[in-house]
Amino acid sequence: MNLSLLASPEVLFDQVVNGLTIGGIYALIAMGYTLVYGILFMINFAHGEIFMFGSFSGFFVLSALAGSDFTGRHPFVSVVLALVGAVLVSSCLGVLLERVAYRPLRKAPRLAALISAIGASIFLQNVMMLIVKARIKVYPDVFPGGLLEMGRFVVSYFQVFILAGSLLMMGGLMWFIFKTRTGKAMRAVAENPDAAALMGINVNRIIVTAFAVGSGLAAVAGVMVGMYYSQIDHMMGFVPGIKAFTAAVVGGIGNVAGAMIGGYFLGLAEAFSVFILPAQYKDVVAFGLLVLILILRPRGIMGEVVSQRT
Amino acid sequence: MHVTSDAENRNIFRRLGSSGPPWLRLTLLLVPLSLLPLIVGNYWTHVLAHVGIYIILGIGLNVTVGFAGLLDLGYVAFFAIGAYTYGLLASPQFGYHVPFWLMIPVCALVASMGGVLLGIPVLRMRGDYLAIVTLGFGQIVRILLNNLDGLTNGPKGLLRIDPPSLGNFQFSTPTHYYYLILAGCILAAFTASRLNQSRVGRAWAAMREDQDAAALMGINVLKYKLMAFAIGACFAGIGGVIFAARQGSIFPDDFSLMVSINVLCLIIIGGMGSIPGVILGAVVLIGIPEVLRGLALYRMLAFGALLVIMMIFRPSGFLPAARLKVEMKRK
Repeated sequence: MNLSLLASPEVLFDQVVNGLTIGGIYALIAMGYTLVYGILFMINFAHGEIFMFGSFSGFFVLSALAGSDFTGRHPFVSVVLALVGAVLVSSCLGVLLERVAYRPLRKAPRLAALISAIGASIFLQNVMMLIVKARIKVYPDVFPGGLLEMGRFVVSYFQVFILAGSLLMMGGLMWFIFKTRTGKAMRAVAENPDAAALMGINVNRIIVTAFAVGSGLAAVAGVMVGMYYSQIDHMMGFVPGIKAFTAAVVGGIGNVAGAMIGGYFLGLAEAFSVFILPAQYKDVVAFGLLVLILILRPRGIMGEVVSQRT
Repeated sequence: MHVTSDAENRNIFRRLGSSGPPWLRLTLLLVPLSLLPLIVGNYWTHVLAHVGIYIILGIGLNVTVGFAGLLDLGYVAFFAIGAYTYGLLASPQFGYHVPFWLMIPVCALVASMGGVLLGIPVLRMRGDYLAIVTLGFGQIVRILLNNLDGLTNGPKGLLRIDPPSLGNFQFSTPTHYYYLILAGCILAAFTASRLNQSRVGRAWAAMREDQDAAALMGINVLKYKLMAFAIGACFAGIGGVIFAARQGSIFPDDFSLMVSINVLCLIIIGGMGSIPGVILGAVVLIGIPEVLRGLALYRMLAFGALLVIMMIFRPSGFLPAARLKVEMKRK
């Protein structure tokens, strides 16, 4: 118990920033769960692995650039290149996953689809394990260090980058879903795929788009996590995957704004849990929250009851 | 509903398993199995005993997943509860040395209480939500084992756990454990198959196929769900005691998510709801990788791919249950 620390505004501020930073990352990953769930009513169990592949793709891009001293001269360009590479790889992987492991089972019982997703998740983990020979990789340190000082409060540039970046991406997603033609089609398919098909919407294309967009956002989160924690390994997708799923459920799965709120909520809950529990119980907080939310408020903060749907 | 297809009738395993009087089949099965350690030597006996523990776990999870249709991804938690209960009460950790045979029912009881504890909050959840929450439960148990240093000794684990003994006879060689585990497997298979054919088993099947229809027929769905969790956990608890006694030392990392996934895979590949399927699944998934140590790196890769392929092409497994899982074929 360090409740006394709560009295200090600096510590409080730090924890809020930490919570929002990690919450933004959870929210980005949660988008993928919620997009796919909203349309197909299935949990994309391999989404955490797509996030992991994104993180490694960014790592490979950055390491390749670091060899030629490019990262030193153009740090921002290299971060952008890493992000682009990660998004490309993960989106393709997401689309491939849908095509190979999920589409043949779209009409099958949901248990079969879930087991297929678990299989895909194990497969992808092991593909990456074989590629990197099960070693932990250290992310190249390219982002300019430095602190933004506001009186007594201090934030690192990198946290600002994650905070702003995740908000920007999610804003973009909202715009895409609510303002574009494809977004409208996506909402129509989520509402009723058969009716949408009758209206001339290519349902398969919309599903593929949902996978591509969700995977791309997870890839961005993957690169952010890599740079934030500086170490990555092939099992890194599991825990953030579960937590992002929790975030999606907390917000009401199938609801994009809800997933965002859920992500920030979970991030803050974790950051503040260190005041009452030892840090190693942080994961217990997330899992405990998931169970509690599903029992007490199965529809999440904003959303429909889905936990009882067969 | 399901009608047994010609292909399944032609299945050689199925024919072997159901011809002749029961005592003859049992003898034909038991004699070679009990002679096996005399022929194959220590290493193989050890591998077979390992497979046997997974058969016990598979039969238990099969009750929850195969019979009752509740996808439990946190099954390893009950295995851990059984192993740690024995480890704490039969090792120098606290100086207690409760006999192995007494601990079997005790740990079975403790594990099934864990099953009820998990069962109550998730009673109203279905399908993938149940899967995620049980998965979270399994993780919570492992994190607790890792961090409750005062009780479980944390990552350093519990050491020098008592081996089982009968009078003056102490279990020590792989062959001793082989017979112990063989007896456990037979008992587990017998119990599970009797359960499946009982009133309870039929209630589970009804609930699995259509929960609402089952409730309308007067089946107390909540009660039978709790029973499925508790009984499934009971098998894992017993498996855990045997595991802890055989290993002599246990660590939180022995109880990772991968154990749950392995057990689930062997049920699915063998054929959900089918006990011969569980045995085949354990031999294939646990035994063969032990033998092909050189390919250990590719083992999980192959598991993952196999799960996807099975779901697409043969969702009912290689030895499907007679009362087949319609859930896997419907729509």
